[in-house]
Amino acid sequence: MDVALITSILAITLRAGTSLIWATIGEIYAERSGILNLGLEGMMMMGAVSAFAVAYHSGSLTMGLVAAVLVGALLAAMHAVLSIGLRANQVVSGLTLTLFGTGLASFLGQRLGPGGTYLVGLVGPTLERIPLPLLSRLPFLGPALFNHDLLTYALYVLVPASWWFLYKTRPGLHARAVGENPQAADAMGINVSATRYRYTILGGMLAGLGGAHLSLAYTRGWAENITGGRGWIAVALVIFAMWDPLRAVIGALLFGGINAIQLRMQAAGTTVPAALLNMLPYIATIAVLVLITWWETLRKRVGAPAALGLPYAREEKG
Amino acid sequence: MRIVFEKRESVSRSARALVPIVSFLLSLVFGAGLLWLVGVDPWETYRAMARGALATQYALSETLVKAIPLMLTSLGVAIAFRMLFWNIGAEGQLAMGGLAATGVALFVAGSLPTWAVVPAAIAAGMLAGGLWALVPALLRAYLKVNETITTLMMNYIAALWVSHLYHGPWRDPAGYGFPGTAQFPASAWLPRLFGRVHLGLVFAVVAAALLWFVLQRTRWGFEVRITGQNPVAARYSGIRIARNILLVMLVSGALCGLAGAAEVTGVMRRLQQGLTVGYGYTAIIVAWMSQLNPWGVLLVAFLLGALLVGGDQIQMAMGLPAAMALVLQGALLFPMLGGTLFAEYRLRIVRTAAPTAAVAQHPVAEEAE
Repeated sequence: MDVALITSILAITLRAGTSLIWATIGEIYAERSGILNLGLEGMMMMGAVSAFAVAYHSGSLTMGLVAAVLVGALLAAMHAVLSIGLRANQVVSGLTLTLFGTGLASFLGQRLGPGGTYLVGLVGPTLERIPLPLLSRLPFLGPALFNHDLLTYALYVLVPASWWFLYKTRPGLHARAVGENPQAADAMGINVSATRYRYTILGGMLAGLGGAHLSLAYTRGWAENITGGRGWIAVALVIFAMWDPLRAVIGALLFGGINAIQLRMQAAGTTVPAALLNMLPYIATIAVLVLITWWETLRKRVGAPAALGLPYAREEKG
Repeated sequence: MRIVFEKRESVSRSARALVPIVSFLLSLVFGAGLLWLVGVDPWETYRAMARGALATQYALSETLVKAIPLMLTSLGVAIAFRMLFWNIGAEGQLAMGGLAATGVALFVAGSLPTWAVVPAAIAAGMLAGGLWALVPALLRAYLKVNETITTLMMNYIAALWVSHLYHGPWRDPAGYGFPGTAQFPASAWLPRLFGRVHLGLVFAVVAAALLWFVLQRTRWGFEVRITGQNPVAARYSGIRIARNILLVMLVSGALCGLAGAAEVTGVMRRLQQGLTVGYGYTAIIVAWMSQLNPWGVLLVAFLLGALLVGGDQIQMAMGLPAAMALVLQGALLFPMLGGTLFAEYRLRIVRTAAPTAAVAQHPVAEEAE
């Protein structure tokens, strides 16, 4: 294989992995504070449709991104009210959010085009790739890392900043404390509910941007079922990453890489059936999840926040 | 003044019954708001949906046709949820059931006596669905792998597999390239009761009765319920949880597989597009709305079947997206989930000058001020 091919596969890997990284980091924040949000798929779907629809009608990418953030926040807030305020079952609430978001996105996608028509097939503004001066001309890694769109570049800041925030700052420590031991956090004077609201909603905003990357940069347009299970893969990646933002990148790139290889093989006219190639990300998710669970059990490590998925109420302090 | 939640001495029965009804009404109100926002008359739309789904004998039979796979998959989902096993793989288990039944109908039917073809196809479908569900069950029971993700990923795999078969190897050679298998031989048709309503309806009612009996009247059903309510107590009382996970998922998957087998042999009579249209996901809503009660499942499945048919109707009659039905069914569960709290807690408005004293007097959670 020549260098140019590897460089191009790396670039596609990063492009395909971008939406996954946004969603995974978002879910890490929510889960670190103790809230399991299985609504990622729905929030990404709604982020994708609202970003595209708003960008299309306003002609402004910024407005599209803002819409995705707001919609993601709003949906996550619904999950937060149910699971924090009303102590509903978080698994079912998250599933509901996914079903609701997927249905609503599909409805809007068939209604928000000009004059109440379909959004499918319309060409709107797209997030273009901006080669960074000098850096993009570095041999080998330059074109792979420094010829991307803004949402991919933003990850170069978001990922290390998230790691630093969660592990090295006081608010980050509080977030983790609330997820590990809400009773103790409460006793320390941390407002458990407020903290959980904050990070669940932040998670929704990031998932919304992940969706926006799909419709504004990766697929360039709205398509029915645009996320194709990426929200669920992101939920699996959080476990793979052991709730660590840096490890999340490795996982997301693994899946981006599978996408890239899939595209390459299809373009090269392989004899492997397309269906089998399309199954790869889902099979890989299961395989990775099994391996990581088995490996972490062997090492007797439990990475999950201890209070993940459990509602907190002072009366149950005992 | 502050509002506090106070735990009721016992779960309010009237609240439990009322919550699903209020949730349904609230989702209609939400849907009306959405329709109004996109510039459509909500009243007109709802009338068209109700008429299309319930008003004529044909409409009712089409609603039942959609309700049958919903009933079977929801029963499957409900028994798994009873154990807090989050099987969201009903869609894939249904697809595998359809695939296996198709295999029997297309390739084995000729070598079987006529009377045995339908039972063989149904049995193959149930077996395939059960085995498909057994994979995540084994992974969860012995390796503690998160079943939410594995069951869901297997949906995508099953759907791709099925579509690969009717687009490729199993495609009808005489079908002018249309994606779909050849029509099944008549011996593999599941008998119909009226309209397109097939024997699957009877299967669903029998399955609901059996499930109710097993859950309420047998020792094993008791174990399943206890494991769901209190896993720690269940383990200490010597219940073999791993074994029960496998059994419950075999039953759950078999019911979903039965739904798929009945769908291909009773409705489509071939394998083609339209098998994996989301019944397995709607089943989650049905199961939760009916509070995992088998009889409730039959009722709610009928209601959501009507919603789906109504969605198709407004698409045909008014050019509105059929996805409206998906929006409404998605919106159903939010008030339902929130409402469950009110069955267990009651709201109390506490009027005091000194809020701290109120907290001290009532050891309850403070929710809002």
